[in-house]
Amino acid sequence: MEKMNKPLTKNIRPDRAFATLADYESTGGYQGLRKAITGLQPKDVQQWVKDAGLRGRGGSGFNAGLKWSLVPMDANVPQTRYLIANADEMEPGTFKDRMLMEQDPHQLIEGMIIAAYAIQANTAYIFLRGEYHLARRRLAYALLEARSKGYLGEQVLNSAFSMEIVLHTSAGRYICGEETALLNALEGKRATPRAKPPFPLVTGLWGKPTIVNNVETLCNVPHILHYGVEWYQGLGRGVDKGTKLFGASGRVKYPGLWELPMGIPIREVIEKYAGGMRDGYKLRGFLPGGASTDFLLPEHLDVVLDYEAVAKAGSRLGTGTIIVLDDQTCPVQMVLNLEQFFAQESCGWCTPCRDGLPWTVTLLKDILAGKGRIEDLDTLAGLTRMLAPGNTFCALAPGAMEPLQSALKYFRDDFERYIVGSHAIMEPA
Amino acid sequence: MARIEIDGQSYDVQDGENLLSACLSLGLDLPYFCWHPALGSAGACRQCAIIQYKDAEDRRGRLVMACMTPVADGLRISLNAEPARQFRSDNIELLMTNHPHDCPVCEEGGECHLQDMTVMTGHIFRRYRGLKRTHNNQNLGPFINHEMNRCIACYRCVRFYDDYAGGKDLQVFGIHNNVYFGRFEDGALENEFSGNLVEVCPTGVFTDKTFSAHYARKWDLQSAPSVCIHCGLGCNIAPGERYGELRRVVNRYNSEVNGYFLCDRGRFGYGFVNSPERIRKPKLKGYPDITVDTAESYFRNLLKTAKPAIGIGSPRAPLEANFALRMLVGEENFFLGLEDTEHILLNTIAELMLDGGIHSPSLREVEQADAVLILGEDVTHSAPRLALSLRQAARNASFDLADTLHILPWQDAAVRNLDKHVSTPVFIASVCATRLDDTAANTYRASPEDIARLGFAIAHSLDESAPAPAALSDREQALATTIADSLRQAKRPLIVSGTGCSSLAVIQAAYNVAKALPSINKQLAFTVPECNSLGLAIMGGRPLSQAFERIGNGLTDSVIILENDLYRRAPSRNVDLFLQLADHVVVIDSLENKTTEHAELVLPTSTFAESEGTLVNNEGRAQRYFPVYPETESVRGSWQWLTNVMEACQWRHHDQLTAACASAFPGLADIIQAAPRSDYTVKGGKIPRQPHRYSGRTAMHANVNVSEPGQPHDMETPFAFSMEGDMEQIPPALLPVIWTPGWNSNQAINKFQQETGGHLRGGDAGIRLIEASGALPWFSDIPAGFMPTPGRWRITPLPHIFGSEELSLHSPSLLERLPDFCILLNPLDAETLRVDTGDQVDISSLAGTPVLKVPVRIEPTLPPGLLATTAGLPAFQSMKSGAQVTLKKVDRQVQL
Amino acid sequence: MKKQVFEGLSPAEIKEINAETSHYEDKAAVSIEALKIVQKYRRWVSDDCLIAVAELLDISPTQLEAVATFYNLIYRQPVGKTVIHYCNSVTCWMLGSDQIQERLCRHLNVGLGEMSTDGEYTILPIVCLGACDHAPVAMVGDELRLDLTENAVNEIFGR
Repeated sequence: MEKMNKPLTKNIRPDRAFATLADYESTGGYQGLRKAITGLQPKDVQQWVKDAGLRGRGGSGFNAGLKWSLVPMDANVPQTRYLIANADEMEPGTFKDRMLMEQDPHQLIEGMIIAAYAIQANTAYIFLRGEYHLARRRLAYALLEARSKGYLGEQVLNSAFSMEIVLHTSAGRYICGEETALLNALEGKRATPRAKPPFPLVTGLWGKPTIVNNVETLCNVPHILHYGVEWYQGLGRGVDKGTKLFGASGRVKYPGLWELPMGIPIREVIEKYAGGMRDGYKLRGFLPGGASTDFLLPEHLDVVLDYEAVAKAGSRLGTGTIIVLDDQTCPVQMVLNLEQFFAQESCGWCTPCRDGLPWTVTLLKDILAGKGRIEDLDTLAGLTRMLAPGNTFCALAPGAMEPLQSALKYFRDDFERYIVGSHAIMEPA
Repeated sequence: MARIEIDGQSYDVQDGENLLSACLSLGLDLPYFCWHPALGSAGACRQCAIIQYKDAEDRRGRLVMACMTPVADGLRISLNAEPARQFRSDNIELLMTNHPHDCPVCEEGGECHLQDMTVMTGHIFRRYRGLKRTHNNQNLGPFINHEMNRCIACYRCVRFYDDYAGGKDLQVFGIHNNVYFGRFEDGALENEFSGNLVEVCPTGVFTDKTFSAHYARKWDLQSAPSVCIHCGLGCNIAPGERYGELRRVVNRYNSEVNGYFLCDRGRFGYGFVNSPERIRKPKLKGYPDITVDTAESYFRNLLKTAKPAIGIGSPRAPLEANFALRMLVGEENFFLGLEDTEHILLNTIAELMLDGGIHSPSLREVEQADAVLILGEDVTHSAPRLALSLRQAARNASFDLADTLHILPWQDAAVRNLDKHVSTPVFIASVCATRLDDTAANTYRASPEDIARLGFAIAHSLDESAPAPAALSDREQALATTIADSLRQAKRPLIVSGTGCSSLAVIQAAYNVAKALPSINKQLAFTVPECNSLGLAIMGGRPLSQAFERIGNGLTDSVIILENDLYRRAPSRNVDLFLQLADHVVVIDSLENKTTEHAELVLPTSTFAESEGTLVNNEGRAQRYFPVYPETESVRGSWQWLTNVMEACQWRHHDQLTAACASAFPGLADIIQAAPRSDYTVKGGKIPRQPHRYSGRTAMHANVNVSEPGQPHDMETPFAFSMEGDMEQIPPALLPVIWTPGWNSNQAINKFQQETGGHLRGGDAGIRLIEASGALPWFSDIPAGFMPTPGRWRITPLPHIFGSEELSLHSPSLLERLPDFCILLNPLDAETLRVDTGDQVDISSLAGTPVLKVPVRIEPTLPPGLLATTAGLPAFQSMKSGAQVTLKKVDRQVQL
Repeated sequence: MKKQVFEGLSPAEIKEINAETSHYEDKAAVSIEALKIVQKYRRWVSDDCLIAVAELLDISPTQLEAVATFYNLIYRQPVGKTVIHYCNSVTCWMLGSDQIQERLCRHLNVGLGEMSTDGEYTILPIVCLGACDHAPVAMVGDELRLDLTENAVNEIFGR
């Protein structure tokens, strides 16, 4: 039962070959689906996942089973419902879903069938990043396999439930990962987000009730059904349940991705699994969960990786993939790189994001070019306050502000160093 | 109603409304860009930020967008809290990072919503030091300028053009701060409502190109309330004048009629007012230069000496002018000036409206319909603004579903997202494809006879006692049943028909359907071709053909023609003969035309821009328009020419004439209430036509005379040709300009409405003359189906927004949008004739007389046996509606 | 170079686009797939192609252009046979993506977005390719190249 501690990655092999249907079935694959579809009502499946405490792995942290249970199923609303796997992984520094899809595609497919059954959706889409060509090929193959064995299509496993999964590849935009923008993209429109409320689970894809779940979230589902709620809850070390893929990139000795229990200390990830810093480099700070999370410092290494603990430390668990800042990389330049990304990926819909992020970039460039003024730091700080959650249409710009606001707090000296000389401007004549 | 607290004050506001709309309705100042009362909320610009508090203890609150937050009882918010003010100011600062500082050379300047909002938020200092992004502009055709650098990306243009008006050729391209609003390639905007972009755009990206050609600042324009004269709907307009020239037309809000929007014919058709073809001086044959006095005494003399003159009225002249003519010549000598078919159609429509017992809806009511049947009408071309309203009605099923899903109606994108899977039953039966077909559940293309037969069948299907057409095909029967079933279930079904396909049977069938409907809230709307068609029909009189007979019989020898080009009404041969037989022809008109050419005496009359009058629109609403600026010396209102030559005329003033007209016709009794009388004053003075910032008055005539001329006196209206006077509490029918401190753009209208998007305070302008009463028996004169005769085609003129209306054809910008000169043929007919699109055909009468040589366009939706032309296009004047002709392909070599 | 006359979408393109429509509630939803299908055959989407696709999907060219210009992987300008997308997001940037870009561009003597003179290559930046544990990385055509070094030119263009 050693592998049972790592349900998500038990089929992942070092040679990057992928688990075929036979491989997948040999380690208990599709047992969860069988149990759900032959023994449980949709409501029961929702309840299991809710009780297990599976929280959205795309960054939101919302209880997945609870989300499913909110889908309106009454007679007076549209009876078509959709499930979507959000496989538009594009958060800089994040590389977990690609591995799950490339190396164990059936795990996602099974999770989707169970989720679709839970909300009685007959069509599901995998919204896949256009750049993930290998994942596309392997998922397409796995879908054929699943169809041929009756896991997909008319009357899944000879039950009354029928479903189909459509593999949709996107044409590249970070904003497509925002669930409502994703809906517009899937409808063949510009991927600008939609206002919430109404939420997609009330009126989503083509106005129909729609659930969007992250790939990793869905990959957890088969195991919850197969091994049970209690087993799943036993996997976490702290408050949050289950395991999660954690990763580290940057100048660490062994950048990589590991399935670890929720609640593991950051230090363990960076020092034990990633082997600490490369020789000659020191740890300066890190973004704990992708590009849109606040910097933390070496003093935060003992913070544990669950949603509340990271939030308490002043950042977010995000995608759980740590980007490490070493002592020889300029944090200001790093922030510029991040802000350029966000400014470029702004969809152009709302003012603060569309016009605020480019201004941020201009200011950072000016500072780095020695043309900065000390009051520019106030302007930047003002922008981080202005582009706060709720002030913009979606979470893109607030996410963009997280590394900036924390950099201004923790690395202010680095900013000011570029402005030396312009101090004179500020002095009274 | 809900009670909410705003900055410590309690207010009662509409439940379910959004907070922005609620605040504006309360008269509070809150800046916004992307929200528009007709378009709902988008949440894009983030300008209307306010602070919302959890409860009385919450001192911090959280920032929310007012436009995206629903009103709820007990809600506590602040507009003035510092974080909200700061955010709004910062947001403007962000918009300004790319907005050019070109206000002095920008045509929006002075009526720019962005300027107003910038001042309102207090953003005054520029911290941004970077470059501004720039764009190339596009040539969007004769109506609209494009200056993309000014764009603040509020998305209103595409939300109006695409979502609201159904346009397909304006979109947003690109992403992040490089979004571009334009067309796929340069070219005229195709949608018939493109002109509204000028008013929808909060800044100077889309401006009026016809205005550019002779631009003046808004504050330098003289204006008066007016009514569009380019179709029968009577949209309210605000024309603007400077230096004796009409400079532009913008929308004048009337919640019952046009709301916020006009069609492009109404907005850009004004060019005829400034046309070189305007008649500026009286003309007497043989006397090149006569004075007004000479003209008048000649006219007076002629009336004394000649046999009793006959008068020919006009559906494009106001009631008062027609009435004056009728009184001058006597009832028995007054003719409406309509060709027989149109005469009958309009009389029938008037009768149905007066005695048919079915409500005729305003455009606002049209938008509430939950099922629509359009019978025989291409509304976009015959009554364009009505088409825009019908497009909104077609979305009512989405709003109903939204209600079920607890989505509020202003949550625009969410409601639109439902459009795909519910549809309001809209059925369109027309001669060929229409621009509203994309909203229709079913379309039916057929000859007018067959359209009428479908209508009769629907009526019969709804009510068995209604007569049924014989020998209906199974397909048509099935369609009739489907339509009847949908209409029967509707709570507010609407039947739309009109004069568009020149068929009495179609109009009668429409009435039968409406009569057969079970709903008590059913509505029947007719389109009519001209601005006073219905008023004229209510007044009553004889058809034009009887005038022709009268002169043929020698009973009279002189004719007075009021604002009517008879060559547009009847075949040239008949008109030629008529005018030759008359010894004296007096024509009162504003533009040279074929009829004025034949006149002995031509009296120059003012256009809508320089005169006053009352018009009755298709709904039966009487509305008054007022002169925007004084007419030049020799030009007078038609009513003045006519009353001046009356013996012992008791009507010295327009008001008196209006009153006399009202008392002469019971159906017109209420027209005196269309607007206050000329003695209406505000604080003892007249209402200024010129804004208080009007500049240059002392200098604008200095090239003529350095001493400032006195302002002309206006004895006929409550307005002064001046900037002096008070503007407070003016009733909407008399509002010359919409302005309020801090609100220089058209968005100031919020301050004049009872609630945003609602009625004007003091009541919308105009008065309904007709309320449903009575009932008429079933019409049972059902035509046989149309059977094409091999080798013959029937001429079927179809209205076109830019080709069919007489006066707008004299507007240069509109001429650039004229439909191609060609006839339409069904592909099968084209095959028989071996012609392709672009080939020429010879049209001949059945007697073999050549009529016209004209290019062909193949139109798959036109029924075989019909030959469609553009109604009213002068090039087709020789072709008589309904006549049978033969066609022959012109050899290519001959063509060359 | 002689301008090629556009003769409409190929039967294969039309067939593939039509096949996609069965997966969605409306035709317009396949806009993005359709453009990608055209690109598969022609490398990029010319105005002519865009107009043809719009017609096939019953939408206006303007509406399709609105979609085409939003997405990163739809090319509205000619690109080389192989597009090299080098990742310039944070981890790759930290580990030297700027130098990789510079070396690749110098090797082909092109700026970003330009086509190499032999028509073989175009170099474009791309956001995080989800292989940060092997940064810096690039995508050469459909293929991910990991752990690039200062020998990126050799590693990509081969021996």
